[in-house]
Amino acid sequence: MKKITLIIDGTERTAQEGMTILEAAQEAGITIPTLCYHPSVTPSGSCRLCTVEILKGGKSRLVTACTYPVEEGIEVKTNSAAVRKTRKMLIELLLARCPSVPVLQELGREYGVKKPRLKKIKDEDCILCGLCTQVCQEKMGVSAINFVGRGVNRTVDFPFERMWDVCVACGACTYVCPTGHIQNEAHKVAQLKRKLGIERKCRYMLMGAVSNKLCPHNYECWRCEYDQRTEYRLGEHPVLSLKLN
Amino acid sequence: MERLRSFEELEALRQALIKKRDTKKPCITICSGTGCRAYASETVSTAFKEEIKKQGLEDTVDLKTTGCHGFCEKGPLVVILPENICYVQVKPTDVDQIISQTIKESKIVDSLLYTDPVTSEKAVHESEIPFYKNQTRLVFGNNSKIDPTNIDDYIILGGYSALSKALLTMAPEEIINEVKNSGLRGRGGGGFPTGRKWEECRHAPGDKKYVIVNADEGDPGAYMDRSLLEGNPHSVLEGLIIGAYAIGSHGGYIYVREEYPLAVENVFIALSQDEKYGLLGTDILGSGFDFTIKVHRGAGAFVSGESSALMTALEGRVGEPRPKYIHTVISGIWDRPSTLNNVETWANVPLIINNGAEWYASTGTEGSKGTKIFSLVGKVNNTGLVEVPMGTSLRDIIYTIGGGIPKGKKFKAVQTGGPSGGCIPESLIDSPVDFDELSALGSMMGSGGMIVMDEDTCMVDTARYFLDFLSDESCGKCTPCREGIDQMLAILTNITEGKGQDGDIELLEEIAEVTKDASLCALGQTAANPVLSTLRYFRNEYEAHILEKRCPAGVCKALISYYIQPDKCQACLICYRNCPVGAITGAKKQIHVIDQNTCIKCGICFDVCPQRFSAVEKISGRPVPPPLPLEARVIKKKKSKGKK
Amino acid sequence: MVSQVDPTAIDRIIDKYQSEEGILIQVLLDVQHEYNWLPEEALKQISDRLGIPFSQVYRVASFYKAMSLTPRGKHLVRVCLGTACHVRGAPRILDNVEQTLNIKAGQTTQDMKFSVERVNCLGCCALGPVMVIDGEAHGNLVPAHVEEILNKYD
Repeated sequence: MKKITLIIDGTERTAQEGMTILEAAQEAGITIPTLCYHPSVTPSGSCRLCTVEILKGGKSRLVTACTYPVEEGIEVKTNSAAVRKTRKMLIELLLARCPSVPVLQELGREYGVKKPRLKKIKDEDCILCGLCTQVCQEKMGVSAINFVGRGVNRTVDFPFERMWDVCVACGACTYVCPTGHIQNEAHKVAQLKRKLGIERKCRYMLMGAVSNKLCPHNYECWRCEYDQRTEYRLGEHPVLSLKLN
Repeated sequence: MERLRSFEELEALRQALIKKRDTKKPCITICSGTGCRAYASETVSTAFKEEIKKQGLEDTVDLKTTGCHGFCEKGPLVVILPENICYVQVKPTDVDQIISQTIKESKIVDSLLYTDPVTSEKAVHESEIPFYKNQTRLVFGNNSKIDPTNIDDYIILGGYSALSKALLTMAPEEIINEVKNSGLRGRGGGGFPTGRKWEECRHAPGDKKYVIVNADEGDPGAYMDRSLLEGNPHSVLEGLIIGAYAIGSHGGYIYVREEYPLAVENVFIALSQDEKYGLLGTDILGSGFDFTIKVHRGAGAFVSGESSALMTALEGRVGEPRPKYIHTVISGIWDRPSTLNNVETWANVPLIINNGAEWYASTGTEGSKGTKIFSLVGKVNNTGLVEVPMGTSLRDIIYTIGGGIPKGKKFKAVQTGGPSGGCIPESLIDSPVDFDELSALGSMMGSGGMIVMDEDTCMVDTARYFLDFLSDESCGKCTPCREGIDQMLAILTNITEGKGQDGDIELLEEIAEVTKDASLCALGQTAANPVLSTLRYFRNEYEAHILEKRCPAGVCKALISYYIQPDKCQACLICYRNCPVGAITGAKKQIHVIDQNTCIKCGICFDVCPQRFSAVEKISGRPVPPPLPLEARVIKKKKSKGKK
Repeated sequence: MVSQVDPTAIDRIIDKYQSEEGILIQVLLDVQHEYNWLPEEALKQISDRLGIPFSQVYRVASFYKAMSLTPRGKHLVRVCLGTACHVRGAPRILDNVEQTLNIKAGQTTQDMKFSVERVNCLGCCALGPVMVIDGEAHGNLVPAHVEEILNKYD
């Protein structure tokens, strides 16, 4: 892998070709705020919070660190005035849509957002980061939920707003959701419990991670040794690490 | 139709077709673009067909339906060949006269000729009509000579000679150099140098590459691409095949918006005719080059016209833009090198190949070569499609060609570049149409929509209109576009509803900046342009709305009131009868009065009041005078002040 | 809502594309054209046959204006709100249409007779403001014309 040299926040760093600025920064121990990014799925570049300033060929430009590939000789500023101003407005825009979401409120405090200047449009707790849909598609491979509609009326839901059997309550979506909006795991578990005559297949079996295991814990995975051991070993939700497809 | 396997066979076919065509035989050509069809040009065609049959004249006169002629204001247009007599606004009832006088007796029907509104001079030929004579119709001109469903018409005019020259005598790099040297820049809005794009794609790694025609044309008010694709599809296809050969692509796509069913239909016909003649498919013209084209319909999303979104749609996925830090010429459809160009861009290519880069570059300005087709619409007399050399002034387009503003109103601004563009005021009307010049003015060339606005257009409402459009069309993926446009729209809506506050303009500017800098795609990045450009040139209108609660143009419903002036009202009862909510009280000889509480501001009374009275006025920014007491509303015989 | 979706008709539409890649949008447009909306069973069948997750098919159907997940009215009234028509007073025409039919753009009347849609640029700018009903263009409109024109459609 070819090595790339670039400057991040005044210091020269080396990175592998094919890395993004975000990955290079993380390796260098520099934190760039993100909302829609998760290392286990493809970066979508939709929240724009990871915007950084780059200097290339004498020209300055604002780009998203999660999707911009490292290039030889560029200079990256992860916290310049232009960057902070942009991030602040992005946070204000998100807060106007989701005023009660804790992670946004915290970002607001960090970036000096005091009283709301923008009209409160909604009181949502989904920030449309898309991580839930991505883990369902890219890691579980079932795409049980997806985006619906477009523009400000965009939402995340099951088709026709009805939970269907492709969802096996793996809980990955709940795990990655930054705001706590997604509760599919709990709902699906409740639905599975209600179905009569169904063999209580372990959800890891439904995911294909283990074979022939019936659930002895009434789908309360927090009581299950396998679940706890797997999560402890991997350091994150099993679906995100297990190579299922 | 026999497969053509060489340049010689194509030439032989061309000569045979020319020989077969009797140029002395009268031919009635009728414009059948979508615009004229909306004027029922099809009934005119049918009427001609029936009359010709009735009179047994099938052998004496030909009938041909052609593509859009461009002078949409005066449709349906009929041009009689070989004399090139141009008749405007033809109705089925005129057919009889045309056949008996012009066809049979070679006499001109004066009443159907174009009449200059100022000089009252009549023009017999298209070339004498000011609308046409000041244009340079290099790309669009053939529309009126071609039946788009008949490839032979195109071949007779020299069609596919550029293709045979390119495929059989030029190397791909030579073609790319020619396009580079011509200075051709993308006609879809981006203005990116076409030759450079092709070169980058050719050099990109990978042996499967694609070429794409972007016929999504989402800018409201722009319909040039539609008329080109409907009226002369082969000019676009020829350019596409040449481009494919130059880049090394064997698979092409045409993405057409579903709102253009006639264009889709005519493209399919053109493709099948190309295949029959061996101009598409395997071993084109015996060159050994294989190339096929697929047609893909859009489904009603402006954002899908953005190049990366379009490519995603071609993959069968939702047509949303993706990060373009790696250019689509390197990684496009299915991550393969893909060259996307606009319809008009492709149609320019055969001209460049046939006539050379130097010839092409001799038209236009330093930075913008060639001609550009504009859709000149809105508050202008000669609505239609206009093709002029780059560098032509806006004034020439709007006044000399466009005939100026109707009803004696005053010009206010011209909007170019669609929702990504801006408004240019009167003080700058001598500016040339040029990519960089228009950008410097805070607007952009865009795809060519040119909307003329007069004193009755509210610029704040215009900005709000564009943001409303963009809000509806935003895919919603990224924060600054989805939320930023919504917030700007909310502020502008408040301003137009009289709820504007001090600080609104500054907040608009702040949101605009982030939307511009942080959005994922060009829709978001340029979304603030309509706001910023109207603020730049018409800030006083914003201030009037916010500080005085006044709409100077009399448009914003919440800020206007309709009022019947007592000294002008003649109690004719017309507005009284037409008011949909019964808000007007009045009777014969009793001055009419609008009840402001019931009035829904639909404006019907304003429209229907006879012009000689013009009694209804729009009041804004000041209180409506209280209604006259009943006794004072009686109209005396003599036209007095009405108050006694 | 019970709809009569003929599975063989859906199959016929899909087979037309002969296993080409990227045809989901084209198939959905054809089905929309055939049934005047996209019934759930049709979407399910398309998902099964094309091997595309159901949620993905639904997502596409919910994204595009040309596709309707609810049944559309007998007559489709498309009011042009392109910039040229806007400048010539199209918003008042739309207001009138909405007022006359008692629905907003994007909705269908209770009796399923009319659906109203806003569209951008039908390319008849010389006729603006214009509305197209069942493919027939009505141009040079003033609000007073609207009711009369709508009454012509049964």
